[in-house]
Amino acid sequence: MSNRLRAWLLATPAILLVFIFLGLPVLATFATTFGDPKGPFSTYAAFFNSRFRMTVLWRTMEVALITTIISVAIGFCTAWVVARMPGRIKSLLIIAAVFPLLTGVVVRSFAWLVILGKNGILNNFLLSIGAIAEPLSMLYTQGSVIVAMVYLFVPLMILTLVGVLEGIPQDMTDAAASLGATPAAAFRQVVLPMAVPGLIVGAVLVFTGSFTSYATPQLLGGERQMMMGTFLYQRAMVTFDWVGASTIAAVMVVVTLTTVLVMSKAARKLNPMAG
Amino acid sequence: MKTRIHPVLIVLTVLTFLFLLGPLVVIIGSALSDTTYLTFPPQGLTLHWFANIFEISAFTRTMGTSFMLAVGGTTLSMLIGIPAAYALARYRIELPAFLGNVFVLPILIPEIVLGFSLMKSLASGIGLPITLALLVGHALIVLPYTVRVVGASLNSFDFSIEEAAVSLGCPRIKAFFTVVLPNIRAGIIAGFILAFITSLNDVSISIFLTGPGVSTLPIQLLAHMEQFFDPTIASVSVLLMGVTVAVMAVVERTLGLTFLTK
Repeated sequence: MSNRLRAWLLATPAILLVFIFLGLPVLATFATTFGDPKGPFSTYAAFFNSRFRMTVLWRTMEVALITTIISVAIGFCTAWVVARMPGRIKSLLIIAAVFPLLTGVVVRSFAWLVILGKNGILNNFLLSIGAIAEPLSMLYTQGSVIVAMVYLFVPLMILTLVGVLEGIPQDMTDAAASLGATPAAAFRQVVLPMAVPGLIVGAVLVFTGSFTSYATPQLLGGERQMMMGTFLYQRAMVTFDWVGASTIAAVMVVVTLTTVLVMSKAARKLNPMAG
Repeated sequence: MKTRIHPVLIVLTVLTFLFLLGPLVVIIGSALSDTTYLTFPPQGLTLHWFANIFEISAFTRTMGTSFMLAVGGTTLSMLIGIPAAYALARYRIELPAFLGNVFVLPILIPEIVLGFSLMKSLASGIGLPITLALLVGHALIVLPYTVRVVGASLNSFDFSIEEAAVSLGCPRIKAFFTVVLPNIRAGIIAGFILAFITSLNDVSISIFLTGPGVSTLPIQLLAHMEQFFDPTIASVSVLLMGVTVAVMAVVERTLGLTFLTK
């Protein structure tokens, strides 16, 4: 048996699994959106002409973008410190970041339900110190969704960036310093350009992750802060509008794939180590 | 030479870790509270809410389902993923470069879209039983983990050892099981356990494929939260955190947790 044949035979079960149970069903979902009797693009016209659906799309983009910006900022600063800690403390901090990452999204969103609720911990605390007279309504706001999403994605950002920042040799900053660069200049001109590809990879993970999330907007945003994920579920399983749900799904796939493709191209272009 | 870290950054890092771990401490505290509502710090200590988990059949039943599903889905994805990872690492020249990306698709396509599409095509379309559709869905979403983690192990494996065994007359299959497999054991265990926890925590696939008869623990938790707000949910969450700790211990002992920063 030739090596080529053997290689293909070994990979075939996995290829079939992805093709049959991912490729075909997702293509079928796309096909559903073009099968409307009013014309192939009528479902998309309906989507983009509906004020409500566009509100949901923009809200989702906004939440995902704000989540990404905050997570990148917090993640970068934290990873910078973690990467520079001595071995033992570094391992402890990595453990502290992995623990929430591997804890389920339901548990992690639930924690914020307990903290931000009307009778929640934050309200009780603020009432007890007399900072507020009435409990605040913090749940089911854009803010509560963003806080919980940042909570979800900061560990991912830290772990991605610790690896990237560790990969930047100390010699580089030392060389910059010995050539007269101030620490700030060395950071801006040496470290940051080398960290950019990693930052982009992390940012894409956070953006697509929050753009397509379901459990967090469901628990902390509810009906009032409907996002694409919860909207898709509602259309599919509550109103049984499968064509509408498929259209939402297609829009989600297009946004996600476009983000991934454009940003990974940008990451390659901006990588000073490449070429 | 050591770079000095600005004190503001140190403060920020401390705050970040308080932000990351605080909410989990809140859950643990409220699970122990001797009150019928969720509160923190706990008022009085009790393990009553942990005992209560086992009084609610919906929880014990879905715990069983989730566990079986995670083991089954991961095993299936391992059986399919290990040969693929082996082919990708061993026959790099013979296989097209894009093939590696095919196995990343389950992460690239939004999970909720995949869940909806599987429900539409499998459960509703060809009438596949829900448990089977769930199994396939979970095997699919953990495939990228199994292929990637096992692949990482295989990339650092020296295939000339296997060639030596084969050239000395050992059948290829036997060489794989006696020479390759023992050398990538760490990757297989770590891949299994990471896939297991991913499946156990899954919401977006399961939410579409669970029905009145069959449900998973995260979905049951979501449903329970919308009706009741007692410390039982917190105690189930603590149990799930216990699973996370066990998973971390296994990963640390096999590939090391720093593997997750690569």
